[in-house]
Amino acid sequence: MRLHLKVWRQHDADDRGAMRSYDVDDASPDMSFLELLDVLNEKLTTEGEEPVAFDHDCREGICGACSMVIDGQPHGPEKATTTCQLHLRHFRDGDTITVEPFRAGSFPVVKDLVVDRSAFDRIIAAGGYVSAPTGSAPDAHAVPVPKDQADRAFTAAACIGCGACVAACPNGSASLFLGAKITHLGELPQGQPERDSRVLAMVAEHDAAGFGGCTNTGECADACPKEIPLDVISQLNRDYLAARRSRRRSA
Amino acid sequence: MPSVVLKYVMAASGAAMLLYLVLHMLGNLKIFFGAGALDAYSAWLRTLLEPAVPYSGVLWVIRVVLTVALVAHVWSAIVLARRARAARPVRYTHRPPVQGSYAARTMRWGGVIIALFVVYHLLDLTTGTLNPIGVHGEVYDNVAADFAPSHWYATIFYVLAVVTVGIHVRHGLWSGLQTFGRSNARTQRALKTFALVFAALLVAGFLAVPFAVTFGLV
Amino acid sequence: MSYADYTLGDPIADTAAPDGPIETRWERRRFGVRLVNPANKRKLHVIVVGTGLAGGSAAATLAELGYRVSAFCYQDSPRRAHSIAAQGGINAAKNYRNDGDSVYRLFYDTVKGGDFRARESNVHRLAEISRQIIDQCVAQGVPFAREYGGLLDNRSFGGAQVSRTFYARGQTGQQLLLGAYQALERQVDAGGVTMYPRHEMLELIVVDGHARGIVARDLITGETRSHLADAVVLASGGYGNVFFLSTNAKGCNVTASWRAHRKGALFANPCFTQIHPTCILVSGDHQSKLTLMSESLRNDGRVWVPLRKGDDRDPNAIPEAERDYFLERQYPAFGNLVPRDIASRAAKNVCDEGRGVGPGGLGVFLDFAEVIDRLGRPAVEAKYGNLFQMYQRITGEDPYRVPMRIYPAVHYTMGGLWVDYDLQSTIPGLFVVGEANFSDHGANRLGASALMQGLADGYFVLPTTIGDYLARVGHEPVDRDHPAVLEAEADVAQRIDTLLSINGSRTVDSFHRELGHLMWEHCGMERTEAGLRKALDRIPELRKEFWEDVRVPGTGVELNQSLERAGRVGDFFELAELMCLDALHRNESCGGHFRAESQTPDGEAARDDEHFSYAAAWEFTGRGEAPVLHKEDLTFEYVAPTQRSYK
Repeated sequence: MRLHLKVWRQHDADDRGAMRSYDVDDASPDMSFLELLDVLNEKLTTEGEEPVAFDHDCREGICGACSMVIDGQPHGPEKATTTCQLHLRHFRDGDTITVEPFRAGSFPVVKDLVVDRSAFDRIIAAGGYVSAPTGSAPDAHAVPVPKDQADRAFTAAACIGCGACVAACPNGSASLFLGAKITHLGELPQGQPERDSRVLAMVAEHDAAGFGGCTNTGECADACPKEIPLDVISQLNRDYLAARRSRRRSA
Repeated sequence: MPSVVLKYVMAASGAAMLLYLVLHMLGNLKIFFGAGALDAYSAWLRTLLEPAVPYSGVLWVIRVVLTVALVAHVWSAIVLARRARAARPVRYTHRPPVQGSYAARTMRWGGVIIALFVVYHLLDLTTGTLNPIGVHGEVYDNVAADFAPSHWYATIFYVLAVVTVGIHVRHGLWSGLQTFGRSNARTQRALKTFALVFAALLVAGFLAVPFAVTFGLV
Repeated sequence: MSYADYTLGDPIADTAAPDGPIETRWERRRFGVRLVNPANKRKLHVIVVGTGLAGGSAAATLAELGYRVSAFCYQDSPRRAHSIAAQGGINAAKNYRNDGDSVYRLFYDTVKGGDFRARESNVHRLAEISRQIIDQCVAQGVPFAREYGGLLDNRSFGGAQVSRTFYARGQTGQQLLLGAYQALERQVDAGGVTMYPRHEMLELIVVDGHARGIVARDLITGETRSHLADAVVLASGGYGNVFFLSTNAKGCNVTASWRAHRKGALFANPCFTQIHPTCILVSGDHQSKLTLMSESLRNDGRVWVPLRKGDDRDPNAIPEAERDYFLERQYPAFGNLVPRDIASRAAKNVCDEGRGVGPGGLGVFLDFAEVIDRLGRPAVEAKYGNLFQMYQRITGEDPYRVPMRIYPAVHYTMGGLWVDYDLQSTIPGLFVVGEANFSDHGANRLGASALMQGLADGYFVLPTTIGDYLARVGHEPVDRDHPAVLEAEADVAQRIDTLLSINGSRTVDSFHRELGHLMWEHCGMERTEAGLRKALDRIPELRKEFWEDVRVPGTGVELNQSLERAGRVGDFFELAELMCLDALHRNESCGGHFRAESQTPDGEAARDDEHFSYAAAWEFTGRGEAPVLHKEDLTFEYVAPTQRSYK
C-alpha cells in the first residue's frame, strides 16, 4: 500500500520544528506502524537524508517507549494499543497520516518524535514506592491481601509510563499516571504506612513539573493503551483529601 | 496551590451554586400555582426568619455566599486554565475533537456564557433595569413581560442559557463527585447517568416557566 | 592462522565458592566476606550499567547499604529495561502448595534442566535465595496474583511437576521491574544513586588490572565522558539481538559485555542460546522483531501441521486424519508440554520437511478448537483472553476461529561473561549480574527462572560479594588523565569517528539483518560443522564490508540513533564469530545447543559428558584473531548427570 506521511521534524530542543511530508510506496498491511517508520528511515538514509528519530524499544506494547501522536491520537486510532502494536491494516491505501510527538511542556521535544519524559521518573522518586530495603521483608504470606484489592492494585500497576494520558489531556495533566501509582500502592497493605506522605509528595512533584490540573474530561483513560480506568483519579483525590486532613490533625 | 486543591475549590463552590439553582428552580415553579403564589413566595423570601434577622437578611446571606462561591469557582477555573495552557506550550497541528464528552470540552466557554447570562438575568429580574416592566415585587408581571411572544429574543436567549447551564451541570456534577473521590469502577456509569438525569430535570424545571408563559399556559 | 584454530589456555576455576556441604556454602561464603565499615561505604563508588531486574535491584540495594552508586541505562527511563517484557512468572521454592517442592528440588530441576552445564554451587544458592525474592517483592508492593483467601497463587510452568511459579497475570516481569525501579527511584531521591538515563557504556576503563570505570556516551548530546569508580557492575542483559530477529527489545545489545571482553573478561558458552517455541510468525521482510506468546498456551493448545507437504487448505478444512500432531506423536508422555528446546526443534524439523504453514512455510499451528469445544469459549477467554487479543492485534486473525500460527524464535542467551561464585569476572572489580553473566542456567534455562536469577543476583548476591572486593582492595582515586582513562576515551572517539566517516552505501540495519539471517541459518536451532564453518567464513567478509561500506548519517554530537545502532552491530559481528566458534568446538548436543552430528538414533540430543563437561570461557586476542579457550571443569557432586528423556 501507498501512504503519505506528515511527520514532525525538529533537529533539537532549540529548533522550532515543522511538519514534513514523505511518501512510502511499499508499505504492507502486516507492518507495524514502527516498521513503517523503519522503512521510511532506510529510504531516507540511502537517499542521504537524516532519518526520523523516534523512541521505541520492546515493540511488544510493554516498555512504554513509543511517544507519538498519530492522526491526532496518542498511539494512533486503535483502542488499547501502543504504537508498536498498531498495524497498517487499520489504514487505507492512499491515506495521509500525521505523526507528531507527545506535546506537553513537561515533555520537551528532544529531536523529531523523541521527547523527554524524565518528569515521570521524578514523580515516582518523590514517593511512588514502598520503603522496603532489601532483606527487611517478612514472609510473603505474613499479610494476606484480599483478591479484589490485589486485582485492583494490578489493574492500576499495569501502567507502562508512556505518557499518552498527558499527551491526550487538554490540560496536559498527568493525573492518570499519578492516580495509577497511588491506587496501585494504596490498595495494598504494604503501601499503607506511607499512603499519606506519598500522595502529598507525588502531587507536589506533579505540579512542580509543570503538568496541568485535571478537569475530568476523560481523554486520558480513553487514550491509555493499558486501559487504566478513570476512577484511579477519583482515588487520588480521595487519598489527597484524607492526607491533608490527617496532616492537619497531627499538626 | 496544588491543582488537586483547586479542584476541591471548584467542586465545593460548584456544589454551593448547584444547591442554589435547585432551590431557585423549585421556587420558579410557584408560577404554576398562580401569580399570587409567585409574588407571595418572593415576599416570603424577604421576610424569612424575621424578626430574628432583618428584612431581606437571609437573601443577603445567600447573595454573599453565592458571590464568594462564584469568585472561587471562576478564580480556580482561571488558574487551572492558565496552568493548562502553560502545560502545553506547543499545540498539536492535528488533533480532532475526540472521546471526551461535549460537556467536558465546553466547560470553560460554557462557564463564560453562563456568567454573561447571570449578569443579564440580574439586570432583568433582580434590578429590573432591562425588564420591559421592571416593577419591584411584581414578579409575575415581570416574568410574563419577559417571556411574552413579542419579546421572543429574550426567551430564546434564556432557553439557550439554561441549556448551557444544563450541559455545564451535567459534567460539573459528575466531575465534582469524581473530585471528592466518590467514583469508582462500579459506580462510574451510575454517577454519570445520575448527573445526566439531574441536569435534565434542572433544565426542564427552568424551561417550564418561559414555555408556559410564551404559550399562555399560566 | 584462521579464527577457528583457537588455542587451549590454562584451565580456569571458580575459587570463590566454598566447598563442603552444598546447603551451607552460601552461608559460609557470607560469613567469609570481609565487611566494609559503614562509615567508609559513603566513600566507595560503584557503577552499575543497566537497570533491568539485576541492575535496578543491585543499584537500589547498594545505595541502601550506603555505597555511592551511578546507574546507567540507554533507555530514557530505567523503568523501560527489557526485563519488563517477561510474561510468565518467577520460580521460588516456597512450597506454599505443599506439593513436595523444596530448595533441593528447585536446585535439582535447574541443574537437570540446564542439561548439566551449570555450576552446582551457584544453582543451589539461587534456589535458596528464590524464597527471599518473593518476600522482598511482596513487601515492595508487587501485585502478584492471589487466591480468594488472600494468599499468593502459584502455577506450574514449563513442564515443572510442582507449582512454584509466582505471577502477575501475563506481566510478571513488568511488575517485578517496577518494584526494583521504584526502589531505585527512592534511592535517587535520597541521593544514594545518580541516574544516567540515555547513556550508553562504550568502553571499560581498566587501571592496573582492575575495573575502575567506564566511558559512556550521552545519547542526547553525544558527549562521551569517563565515569570513574571503585568497582563496575555490568547488568546489561543478553545478546539475542545478534540474530536481528528475536524477542529482545530493539535496543538490547552486547556492547557493554563485549567491550569488557575485549579488555580481558572471559566470555563463556556464547553458543548457548534459547529458542522459544511459541512466537508469532514472521510476516515479511519488513519484520523488525518477534513477539512471544506465553508458554502457558501449550497447556491447552495442540500443535500440528498438515500430514501432506504443501497442503495450503484452510486449516479448519483439513480433516483430523490428515493432521499430524507431531509433539503428541513423538513424545507421548509429555506431548505438547515438552521443554522449549525440544518443542522448537520438532517444529523446525516438520517445516524442513516442507510441511510448515504460513509465509515461506515457516510456521506450525497451535490449535485451541479442542479446548474451546471441551470447556467452552468463556473459560478459554478467562484463561488466555489477553494473549488471544494480542495475537489478533498483531496478526489480524481470530484465534478463537482459526488456529494460531507460531514458530520458534531466539529468546534468551544462557552464555555471557564468565564469573566466579562472587559474580566477579576475570577482571578484578568487574562484576556481572543477570542475563549478562553465564552462571546459573547451563545450556538451557527453565521457564520462569530468568527473573529469579536477575533478582537473586541484584538484591542478594552482588551486594554481599562486592563488599568483600571493596574491603580488600582499598583503591586510591584514579586520575582523570591517567593513561588508561585517556586511552579508553580515545578509543571511543576514534570508533565513533570511523563509523561516521565511512559514508558508504548500506544502512546499518541491512548489515544487521544479513548477519542475523546468517546466524539463524547456521547457528540457530540446529548447528552442523559445515554450516558453522560456512558462517565463520562469511562473517569476517561481511564485517569487513560493514567497516568499509556502512552509511551512518548525521554527526556524533547529537541524538543519532543510526550511530548507536552502528556501534552495537559492529560488536555483534565480533560476537557472532565467537558464537559460531564456540558452537563448532562443542561437538555435542546439550540444552539449547543442538549439533546435528551428535544425536541419538531417534534424533534426540546426545550429550557428551566425557569430553564436554566444562564451561568454555574464551579469551579475546584481537578482532578476527583466534581466541584462547579456558575450560572450567564442571563437577556434579549432588545431581548425577543423566540423559534427559521426554518420550
